[in-house]
Amino acid sequence: MNDATELPLLRVEDLRVEFPTEDGVVKAVDGITYEVGRGRTLGVVGESGSGKTVAAMTVLGLTRMQGARITGRVVFEGVDLLGLDEAALRRIRGNDVSMIFQDPSTALHPLYKVGAQIVEAVRAHRDVSKAQARRRTIELLGLVGIPDPGRRVEDYPHEFSGGMRQRAMIAMALANEPKLLIADEPTTALDVTVQAQILALLERLRGELGMAVMIVTHDIGVVAEMADEIAVMYAGRIVETAATETLLERPEHPYTWGLLRSIPRLDGPRVERLDPIPGSPPSLIDPPSGCHFHPRCAYAQPDHARIDPELRSLAADPSHRVACLLEEQERRRLWTELQAARAPAEARH
Amino acid sequence: MEVRDLEKHFPLTRGVMLARRAGAVKAVDGVSFDVRRGETLGIVGETGCGKSTTARLMMRLLEPTAGTVRFEREDITRLRGSRLKAVRRELQMVFQDPYSSLNPRKTVGSIVAEPFAIHGLYGDRGERREKVTELMDRVGLNPEHYNRYPHEFSGGQRQRIGVARALALGPKLLIADEPVSALDVSIQAQVLNLLRECQREMGLTLVLISHDLSVVRHMCDRVAVMYEGKIVELAENEALYGEPSHPYTKELLAAVPGTRRRHGDRAA
Repeated sequence: MNDATELPLLRVEDLRVEFPTEDGVVKAVDGITYEVGRGRTLGVVGESGSGKTVAAMTVLGLTRMQGARITGRVVFEGVDLLGLDEAALRRIRGNDVSMIFQDPSTALHPLYKVGAQIVEAVRAHRDVSKAQARRRTIELLGLVGIPDPGRRVEDYPHEFSGGMRQRAMIAMALANEPKLLIADEPTTALDVTVQAQILALLERLRGELGMAVMIVTHDIGVVAEMADEIAVMYAGRIVETAATETLLERPEHPYTWGLLRSIPRLDGPRVERLDPIPGSPPSLIDPPSGCHFHPRCAYAQPDHARIDPELRSLAADPSHRVACLLEEQERRRLWTELQAARAPAEARH
Repeated sequence: MEVRDLEKHFPLTRGVMLARRAGAVKAVDGVSFDVRRGETLGIVGETGCGKSTTARLMMRLLEPTAGTVRFEREDITRLRGSRLKAVRRELQMVFQDPYSSLNPRKTVGSIVAEPFAIHGLYGDRGERREKVTELMDRVGLNPEHYNRYPHEFSGGQRQRIGVARALALGPKLLIADEPVSALDVSIQAQVLNLLRECQREMGLTLVLISHDLSVVRHMCDRVAVMYEGKIVELAENEALYGEPSHPYTKELLAAVPGTRRRHGDRAA
């Protein structure tokens, strides 16, 4: 954890992003607050429509052109990025803060050589000659584990496999040694063995370059492996955030319980039935009143449809914050019960 | 079902005017296995390993280059006409993408009823409608939504429509090709539970094709691991996940995220 005196690298405060559409205003991000410390890895977990990608893209001002209404603060190294104009933002994008996207085949231009695209990324922020930028590009391709980088620098994207394209995109994102790398579903489009290689690469680079990483994914397995802290998003809000071990072992929010219990696991006992979360994720145009999760929550009380829960720290662990209207003791009792209910299945197998 | 020495090669051609054969992609390259009555067999593997092509060959949606697929002792790979149609009643499939596998211009009622129309069953409108609402109810859809269109349903509900359609003719063997990989995490469990319930109640034999080793472990009695068109390992669930013997199986299992921590500095 950071010292209380030290400023976090990134602090997002009460961020709201709304998109006006024909059907109504989509509240994609509905008041979220989080921090990423220097050199730390934050995992943002959520389903489609939870607002996780919009939240990540807004950090770099990538939702502006879509007519979004954005309020709140995105403070990076003491500067509120929401207050910057496009030109100033462009100096930060790809330089201090970089982003990699889910689908590496659409993020690279198909008609330009991979190397040329990385050279461009280098020269966008550094006053170096083409030859120097090219040397740096070859070095970067080597760094991300592309064999024979001196030759592959001349390849077009279609000559790369999916995993190699993702590596090339990471190389481009790292061109200027960013302090923060935002990775949106970086491995979702990849096969599991390639995914493992890319995650190992990200982890190695994070260690070597000392950069902070914000990894956005639907896959709890990925954040369990990579993140220092996890934030769980639901319907545009953060419903729970804690250190990774805490969140996985002592989750407090019924939605987090649902996520953890609905996924079959490789390392747990085999169970007869999974415990799905009933219903579907809500509409962001007309989200449920009160606690957004109440229509799908097995423990909702009548007044939970009225009262909006705040994201509050637990008394015992201030870094563990939960937005739930149930009493802390009640939640602990319920989670213990849920755990116990699974135990007999373990005895069977 | 018995699958023996199954091969499917797709020709690669060069040239536009005078296309000539320039080799072949061996999508399925000599695969043999049995599907036992009432079991759930999993086929896992990565992109391009041939698992979906195998499924299509088992369904007789493709003709193999070589080998046989025997369903209840009858080789279905060369069947045509009415005999093929009869076999198709027994073999049904649930597809990966519930968005592209349902006709957007048809109501849910007519999508689920289509197998009846094709096979000339329940000609009486009232009877057919009754059958369809029964199926919709069975898969957890509100039968009152009979006249709605696919776009009015969420991904999970659409997959339920796909399951209802597949179950309409009371098949013996159901092949589910990545049935949950297009769905949100919280919805996947609903569909997996549904498949299992239907299997138990109707005595179905289920073949589950998936890239997700956790899903396959949860669902299947036996598991086949495919790599480059071949089955590299086929074993009982506990044996495969407990003591994998093929190096590729080991590599696959080790690659699943969440089974280890990469972060060294917090190994508290």
